[in-house]
Amino acid sequence: MTEKIRKRDGLIIFSEYEKFSGLKKALSLSQDDILFELKSSNLKGRGGAGFPISTKWMLTAAAQSSEKYVVCNADEGEPGTFKDRVLLKEMPYLIFEGMIIAGYTIGAKKGIVYLRGEYNYLVNPLNEFLDEMKNENLLGENILGKDFSFEIEIFSGHGAYVCGEETALLESLEGQRGEARNRPPFPVNRGYKGFPTTVNNVESLSTVPHIIMKGGSWYSQFGTEKSKGTKLISVSGDCEKPGVYEIEWGTSIYDLLELVKAENTKAVQVGGASGVCVNKSQFDRTIAYEDLSTGGSIMIFNESRNMLAILKNFMEFFVEESCGQCTPCRIGNQKLLAFVEKIIQNEQTFSELNKIKELAETMKIASKCGLGQSSPNPFLSILENFKEEIFDSNSRGKYEHV
Amino acid sequence: MSMYKKERTPISHQALFVEKPAHPEDIGGSVSVKINGKDLIVPMGTTILEACRMMGYHVPTLCHHEDLCIAGVCRVCVVEVDGMKPLQASCSFPIMAPISIKTSSPKVRKARQNVIDLLISEHKGECYSCVRNNNCELQSLSKEYGVESYPYGHRTETKHKIDNTSYSIVREMDKCVHCLRCVRTCIDLQEVGVLEAVGRGDETHVGTFMEKMMSDVVCINCGQCINRCPTGALHANDPRDMIWEAIDNPQKHVIIQTAPSPRAAIGEEFGLEPGTSLTGEMNTAMRKIGFDRVFDTNFAADLTILEEGTELLLRLYKKLVLNDENVQVPQFTSCCPGWVKFVEHFYPEIIPNLSTTKSPQQMFGAVLKTYYSEKSGIKPEDIVTVAVMPCSAKKYECNRPEMNSSGYKDIDFGLTTRELAQMIRESGIYLPELEKSEFDDPFGDASGAGLIFGATGGVMEAALRTVLELVTGKKIENLFENMDIKEVRGFEGIKTLQIPVTEVGEVPEILKHLVPDWNWLKGATIKVAVAHGTANAKKIIKNIKEGGEFAGYHFIEVMACPGGCIGGGGQPIPTNEKIRSQRAKAIYSEEKILNERKSHDNPKIKKIYSEFLTEGPCGHLSHKLLHTHYTVRGREFVN
Ligand SMILES: Cc1cc2nc3c(=O)[nH]c(=O)nc-3n(C[C@H](O)[C@H](O)[C@H](O)COP(=O)(O)O)c2cc1C
Ligand code: SF4
Repeated sequence: MTEKIRKRDGLIIFSEYEKFSGLKKALSLSQDDILFELKSSNLKGRGGAGFPISTKWMLTAAAQSSEKYVVCNADEGEPGTFKDRVLLKEMPYLIFEGMIIAGYTIGAKKGIVYLRGEYNYLVNPLNEFLDEMKNENLLGENILGKDFSFEIEIFSGHGAYVCGEETALLESLEGQRGEARNRPPFPVNRGYKGFPTTVNNVESLSTVPHIIMKGGSWYSQFGTEKSKGTKLISVSGDCEKPGVYEIEWGTSIYDLLELVKAENTKAVQVGGASGVCVNKSQFDRTIAYEDLSTGGSIMIFNESRNMLAILKNFMEFFVEESCGQCTPCRIGNQKLLAFVEKIIQNEQTFSELNKIKELAETMKIASKCGLGQSSPNPFLSILENFKEEIFDSNSRGKYEHV
Repeated sequence: MSMYKKERTPISHQALFVEKPAHPEDIGGSVSVKINGKDLIVPMGTTILEACRMMGYHVPTLCHHEDLCIAGVCRVCVVEVDGMKPLQASCSFPIMAPISIKTSSPKVRKARQNVIDLLISEHKGECYSCVRNNNCELQSLSKEYGVESYPYGHRTETKHKIDNTSYSIVREMDKCVHCLRCVRTCIDLQEVGVLEAVGRGDETHVGTFMEKMMSDVVCINCGQCINRCPTGALHANDPRDMIWEAIDNPQKHVIIQTAPSPRAAIGEEFGLEPGTSLTGEMNTAMRKIGFDRVFDTNFAADLTILEEGTELLLRLYKKLVLNDENVQVPQFTSCCPGWVKFVEHFYPEIIPNLSTTKSPQQMFGAVLKTYYSEKSGIKPEDIVTVAVMPCSAKKYECNRPEMNSSGYKDIDFGLTTRELAQMIRESGIYLPELEKSEFDDPFGDASGAGLIFGATGGVMEAALRTVLELVTGKKIENLFENMDIKEVRGFEGIKTLQIPVTEVGEVPEILKHLVPDWNWLKGATIKVAVAHGTANAKKIIKNIKEGGEFAGYHFIEVMACPGGCIGGGGQPIPTNEKIRSQRAKAIYSEEKILNERKSHDNPKIKKIYSEFLTEGPCGHLSHKLLHTHYTVRGREFVN
């Protein structure tokens, strides 16, 4: 459904591009040149954490090791995100070029795509595409006659949300239970099988060839002071034109709602289940790392929606998807959910509310990985931004059916 | 360097661990760290927790255990690191660059408090009815953090059934705090792999392979998981009630034998420093409790040495001189029931290499219900035999169906050091202040060789003292200073020793009917090895199977538990390398001052061979009473 009306024009990723041109140009540059362009582009990770790509690559390049790896994070597990799928389906060359350029830059010979289990149907087409690239000597031994060899493998993931977290992903790749590792050491030093590894999101990698072609400073003219370039977002929920859009960083929620033709909007959840939920009064806020950061998911809820029901849904998701190893996330999410249920029964007290908020703060700082650190986001933001609806006894009547 | 800090074989659940460089200096010198405003220089790679301890700052921990690889899952040890928004788990954070840390800021305290409250909310705690009451890490944490209420609730309903199907280990998962110490013990330390984390989210729990009961999994009963469990979620299957019943029954003649390790550790149960031997006091206590006889397992250990040593010499003779294809060398020791079950499950192909000699516990049982019964005129059916062991596997061992060569169950109950301490407490006795007393005859005054069975390498040392004297005719003290065979002592994971036999003597009387002379051993080099912890044993077996160096060895001692029996699954909790070495020290220093330090010189041993086992070691009666056989078991399930 969403595919038909998906926008396919944009400033950078969805702009005109000659297949493999970025890769060809990159291989004629030195590693330092590539890192320089990336640094001046100020490209940050598009998987959610927003770590500068140039720094990550520099660290992996600097790590001393006989073996290194490039891993493409195509787990796309955040509820409401489907922008990576578009790239995987329609522009796999951008991803693979990005991976090869990464390999060339950091000194890796092998790349692995960790593909979300639900995208299994893409394994064959992707492999066929890789074969074509091999035939054209864009992959394999001595790529384009250069003293550089690289191969790419597609790995079919196991379907747990936490496997998108980079260290849990590496565990899963190694055949273990998908559970986050302790960091440090970071994957740039000890990643796949213990070797230095750069893990990057599909979109981050797909941006690299464009930057190589047009230059870092060209790229950095787009966006805001702290968020350069564009972002692919997946818009879902109550709007006329859901789908994947390429927007410039700094776009306000208000403009976005107009773009996708959303009406009577009550709430927008930015950043998927682990993101924050804003109300009308905040629609002038912008999509940017420094304001409302997102890995790509934007969910729109109109006036007919029940915020408690939405919150309950999110918390149930985390209770199930916590990998279960660390205390704050495993038990904390259960307590947050129990509290939401208590509100639904109208049995909560204010002292409990304060205590549970304190617990949410603890989860944010004491959980082992990003899942538990961000799962309180919807809880805190919905309780804060929709407190009238949730706690006002006059409006409660409407929600008793929840 | 201790065994487990060495390279870790990659196995499942590696997710949980950070490997620490073996030598932090290898990765580059020192680094400065500021803790609560004070500076310290540490080797790179030192964890924050280690650095805090160096400076004397207490940081509470729960999932951390010195013996185990790092998990970083409980989040109790979090600290604030300048410049990092989330708190960091101090146990898992290697210091690689200068950092500044706060160990007890308001943010840190609040977070820890919340984490502890969460743990308590899920823990079905009933302190007064728990084996770990007063020795529980969760209880201590709640005290440390002044827990006075349950802000996030406190579970009272039962979620998991108690699994007491195993003779050795009981699992009460409602008390589990998910620290994964048991999982790391089972998978990484012991490489057995019965316990694992299963499920996700709120369903996550520690389970067994396919959620089978403990009686049906490949558990070797070593109980190392019990020793490392911070709460009462894992404990031994306790036979105290039945023992009290026997004691209270005037019809029954209740005998207790005690292994060497409990005496070196039981003081810890009464608040003494590890390494305080309480042999004499314990004897008195056991009599006060009401045991009719108090015997020393070391007597049976001496007997084991004669049987096992003879078996070794016979094996070598058959193999090297008679070229008997059916005889397998190296011979592995068989006195550790954890190790025996490990072989039966995972390496049944080396069962022919296992010595057929029973463990001292089981030998003693067979002797008590035959020889002792005859001598004392007490009917075997009226004798109840209890064995105080540092071990949980001994409970399983005494229940093996073949362990009834006296015609009765040879050993009725295996009792751990912890459980004996409990019986002593229940009797209103404060052990450390009791007067000392001796073991009862006819088995008193065992040799020191039997005593050192308690520490890794002890069986080997005891065996060598006897075997070398029997073969060379020379005094062992002429070969090793003070009789101490230092090469096989200590906590190195695998120890080896090669002893050239330059001269041989006369075959002693008791072995004359078995071998004509020792000339075939002249010029040979006897090669022996000692391993403790099943992970180390595995290395040796693999090496043998690959035709490596150990394939050419003659005798190999294996104890399933790290440190040997002194670190057994029935010993006082906590345990760690320092405690184990203190216990070992207690044993070796007690041994040093004994008059008799060789099994074959123990007069009671000479007597039993002249009165009862008249065909000598490995004779018919020995075979019936003192030797056993083994069972091939499944690799995934018991069969
Ligand atoms: C619970 C959790 C789920 C995540 N899922 C994804 C994902 O599906 N795709 C992704 O690219 N990054 C995901 N991340 C972020 C990754 O951990 C990591 O930051 C990212 O792959 C790095 O690539 P980048 O720097 O190119 O963004 C997730 C993080 C967490 C904590
Ligand atoms: S925060 Fe949640 S998902 Fe991450 S390690 Fe902890 S339990 Fe696992």
